[in-house]
Amino acid sequence: MKSSLPIIFFSFFLQILGIFIVTFLILHLLPGDPIQVMLGESASLADQVKIRAELGLDQPIYKQMANSFFQIIHGDFGNSILTGVPIKEQIVIAMKNTYILALAALFIAIIFGLSGGIIAAKYKDSLLDKMIVSSSLFFISIPHFFLGPLLMLCLSIWFGWLPISGMESSFSIVLPALTLSLGMLAIIIKMTRNCMIEIINSDAVRTARAKGLSEWSITINHIFRLVLIPLITIIGMQFGSLLSGAIITETLFSWDGLGMLLVNSIQSRDYPITQTCIFIIAISYVLVNLLTEIFYKIVDPRMRDT
Amino acid sequence: MKKIVLFVFFFWSIGIVIKLFSGFDSNRMIFDEILIGPNYTSWLGRDDYGRNIFYRLIDGFLNSFEIIFIVTAISSFFGVLIGVISGYFGGKLDQLIRYITTLFMAFPGILLAIAFAAILSPGKFNLILALSIGGWVSYARLARAQTALVKNLDFVKASELMGSSHINIIIKHILPSIRTPLIVEATYAIAGLIIAEASLSFIGLGLQAPMASWGGMMRDSVRFLLVSPHYALFVGLSIMSLVYCINFFGDYLNHKMEH
Repeated sequence: MKSSLPIIFFSFFLQILGIFIVTFLILHLLPGDPIQVMLGESASLADQVKIRAELGLDQPIYKQMANSFFQIIHGDFGNSILTGVPIKEQIVIAMKNTYILALAALFIAIIFGLSGGIIAAKYKDSLLDKMIVSSSLFFISIPHFFLGPLLMLCLSIWFGWLPISGMESSFSIVLPALTLSLGMLAIIIKMTRNCMIEIINSDAVRTARAKGLSEWSITINHIFRLVLIPLITIIGMQFGSLLSGAIITETLFSWDGLGMLLVNSIQSRDYPITQTCIFIIAISYVLVNLLTEIFYKIVDPRMRDT
Repeated sequence: MKKIVLFVFFFWSIGIVIKLFSGFDSNRMIFDEILIGPNYTSWLGRDDYGRNIFYRLIDGFLNSFEIIFIVTAISSFFGVLIGVISGYFGGKLDQLIRYITTLFMAFPGILLAIAFAAILSPGKFNLILALSIGGWVSYARLARAQTALVKNLDFVKASELMGSSHINIIIKHILPSIRTPLIVEATYAIAGLIIAEASLSFIGLGLQAPMASWGGMMRDSVRFLLVSPHYALFVGLSIMSLVYCINFFGDYLNHKMEH
């Protein structure tokens, strides 16, 4: 879609505002008293009043919303109910870990996805091509919570190459990153292969060949540039499943990221943390989509404003 | 490929038949046989309470599909309703609905379902609610786009000129012509729902013990990965093969309806 930068930014901020309102309302519109749910039925009245005042739940809803909005703008997400520690500290660490994991997964998916797709397309219909295509089909339909245990079983338990879970050694990232990346990798392979086959037979490549360019130069300068555009689309679209997959993967491998923080906060009924995690994950996704759209304009001259 | 797909569908049909005729109890525990591998009496082995894994998989299948069926019914009904209204009438209402759907799309995957399942207390009804809240969006977007295409076609215009009411046009003309892509969408959505429901159960937000659910079984089995890998393997394979087959079926439908 072709729209100018100001419109893109405007809709981005509109979306952030919407996300804020939705995550804010989740806690407030649901049946029952959130305080009682958090503290349990047996909590003393004094405790209830104290927490209610601390969370500002005794004020009218529009006032609460405005307050919370200005707090978030100033980077203040409130305090954890359980420990009283500012949520911001925990969130920043969790965000860092999740982004490291997501970037590692993205890196694996792009490097191996592109090379796998290019190889499959170059040797189309060979045994190698068939192997790559059928294994990528396998990885598309395998859910994270099964792929994770499977990798654990193969790589840590049977071969003993990698640590099962945790974050102690620097190799700990390999298994969760692999788990997270394989689905995306398979999609990138499929896309690159189909795209390459189309492009190899196109006029642009035939012309480049006729000019006598080397095979390497054709692959990099002509084919790769044309593959880049659908690749960015796929990454933008799949980043969401990467983030939601991270919730499961992090829980599985005890990786201290947003997903694990989210699940732990749900189990301990620490709703301000739950809210913040959901907010941050949704914002990250929208931000990546914004970057994708800006990136289009840089890479693809057809998308630029005239 | 087709053979594998047929085999998987056949396998679960057999499972349901066994359930109907033997009326087994998947919660029956045999403590002498905790976590044993496949054998003659329990084809897929037993779990950490000595329960028959095969029976629990069948019960989990039935439980999941009950939920998925209701969620699909609810979300497709509301999704199509909202989408058709938005596409047919257009204008300010359409813009508002488009904004709302984009907003819902900002919560990737099962995030919204997790959010609602977390705040609502766990249970079947709330699980259905949580999954439906995000589920209607894809139907609404598709129905809206299709309706916007169809409503300008001649036969709809003709019906309008003949004085049919809006409701009449929508039911008699629009819905039948947008039905096909919606059915394909529903197939893919069901495959997604199997994973979503299992994911929610996996992080403890789905059906509660002792009810059998595939996600819950997956979570339990991971704890015993070292001792009895067959448990995780069978549960994982069940989920994966079924999701794969439904996606395959969706591709098949898509292909068939295009021609």
